Amino acid sequence: MSTIEVRKITKKYGEFTAVRDADLSVKAGEVVCLLGPSGCGKTTTLRMIAGLERATDGDIVIAGKRVNDLPPEKRDIAMVFQFYALYPALNVGENIAMPLQFERLSRQERDSRVNRVAKILHLTEVLDRMPGHVSEGEKQRIAVARAIVRDPNCFLFDEPLSRLDVELRHSMRGQIKEVLSSLSKATVIVTHDQLEALTMADRIAIMKDGMIEQVGTPHEVFAKPANVFVASFIGTPQMNLMEVELKSFGDGVALVTLAESPLEIAADPAVSKLKPSKVMIGIRPRAFSPVSSAGKGTIHAQAELIEPMGAETLVHARTKTGGDIRVVVQRDQRVKIGEVMHLKPDPKQTHFFGENGRAVRS
Amino acid sequence: MATSMTIWEKLGFRKASGVSEAGWGQTLFVAIISFIYFLPVLLIIITSFKLQNEALAVPPKVFPTSLFGLIPDDYVFSPTLENYAAVFSRAMTAGAAAQDTGFDRYFFNSILIASVSVFLALVIGTLAAFGFSRYPLKGNDTYLFVILTTRMLPAIVVIIPIILMFRVAGLSGSYLGIILLYTAFNLPFTIWMMKSFFDELALDVEDAARIDGSSDVRVFFKIALPQVVAGLAATFVFGLILTWNEFLFALLLTGADTRTVPVAMNQAVAGGGIGVLWGLLAAIETLFLIPVFLVTFFLQNHLLRGVTFGTVKR
Repeated sequence: MSTIEVRKITKKYGEFTAVRDADLSVKAGEVVCLLGPSGCGKTTTLRMIAGLERATDGDIVIAGKRVNDLPPEKRDIAMVFQFYALYPALNVGENIAMPLQFERLSRQERDSRVNRVAKILHLTEVLDRMPGHVSEGEKQRIAVARAIVRDPNCFLFDEPLSRLDVELRHSMRGQIKEVLSSLSKATVIVTHDQLEALTMADRIAIMKDGMIEQVGTPHEVFAKPANVFVASFIGTPQMNLMEVELKSFGDGVALVTLAESPLEIAADPAVSKLKPSKVMIGIRPRAFSPVSSAGKGTIHAQAELIEPMGAETLVHARTKTGGDIRVVVQRDQRVKIGEVMHLKPDPKQTHFFGENGRAVRS
Repeated sequence: MATSMTIWEKLGFRKASGVSEAGWGQTLFVAIISFIYFLPVLLIIITSFKLQNEALAVPPKVFPTSLFGLIPDDYVFSPTLENYAAVFSRAMTAGAAAQDTGFDRYFFNSILIASVSVFLALVIGTLAAFGFSRYPLKGNDTYLFVILTTRMLPAIVVIIPIILMFRVAGLSGSYLGIILLYTAFNLPFTIWMMKSFFDELALDVEDAARIDGSSDVRVFFKIALPQVVAGLAATFVFGLILTWNEFLFALLLTGADTRTVPVAMNQAVAGGGIGVLWGLLAAIETLFLIPVFLVTFFLQNHLLRGVTFGTVKR
């Protein structure tokens, strides 16, 4: 069975802890993205799974076998590197054939395997070229071809698309997803691009400072962020995170003070457990509906900067106390600079975060 | 203003319009400098075709032909191959019959000793450099420093303990002895040089090879080594030149059978009380130049190819 289990792994470089107690399990056929800002330990985690770094602590189990002490070549994995890591002295065909070197194959069989993956990834034309003489997109596909030419236990991708331009990235994302779904192996993809993670992954693990903050489906991490970091990291434009004073809670409605004005907002019953104090609420820019007049459930803010984004318009508005609120409105809804807006947040998309930054949900 | 040319520009010292283009002024300038560099070698080559009296003539006779009377006779010499014949066989004292000088043997010795020791140093040094680069020891830099310390002293200082060691080990005068010495002599340079080449390589490629099933040995031979061919060639050439021209160790540690050309040259030209035999010396030097010149010339193509190879970087 093609599975990856990572149990409480930790990596220390001297005093510095790069990864702390990371837990992750990837089922056969599942694609898990490790997502996080640079330096969060996601690549280190991947390299530990690959065997290129030794875990300081914890267990790595691939296909049911503990592999901590096995060198990479014994782990039966395939990896695509950020900079492709093509062998400069070998031509494209030889590059793709490299992982087959230890499988006792006849020359014909090897060539047919190489040709098969070359066809899948549209590389047949360039098989005889040297890696220095192919385009960036082709290099990327060669790296993928080299990974899938064998039948390994699992696949690891380190920032596979970061070097491609936007258009190529879009089409490669589709191609990789297609190839992966036909292989049904456990796959881990490291990326710092949330769009890549949201589109390619079955589940996303969000990392920060060496810790996994949340693991969930793309829908879960977007709709139910576990904490302030995940809430702010996932989604563009960024979620509005505002410090408010929680006054009272009753009948599923919380009364808070935002920018010196009272605001009534429907909230999860678990919010009742919060002590009346300063809490954080998070509202996505698309979760506001501008209404014509002020009410109990509205926030007012003055439009300050308007950025048309095509189908929608991003409005930066400022509350009375100077807090910045990002609001996305439909294109046909004209907003003028200086206009006072009454914003009604969607309670289903309003998140409460307690003092420790964790989301409050029942 | 834009169209007017300064005197320098008229002379060819203009700004190149493309990065790869040099004006003929720049080219001429470099050619003159190169000529000045080459002049001593050129004079040696010319002298090797002169007899003793012409070699000593003032003003110097520098042209092998008068170019149909164009050049005054004072500056023209008549080229002869006599010196070259005398390198290998000549009368040791005036009037005696010509005899073998043994220089064929000395040339063989020089080629054997230099090539074997430089090659050995390259093999050992490259492996060591890869080790230092990829599998650093605790205190890696200290070891690298220690390796270099033997080269921090002048050879004349190091030679005394070495002579004593060679005498005890019975290595004096043997091929093995001098080859081992030159190998050790070349190692620090080889290790430092090759380490810097290995340090430059992208580690991802080696990681990828490991994941694709390669052992460390295979990673070294199949992945790392092909990427530093230019470095190997450069190190080989520098090592060869140093070893080829080495005089002091060879003088004190080789015997009559294992003598190298620089030592033999020194002994050959002090010709029987009649001063230095300039023509003979120049002929030996010219012959001595040829092997190293050829090796460098052929490896140069490799060096240039290697350079463009190395530009495939992030």
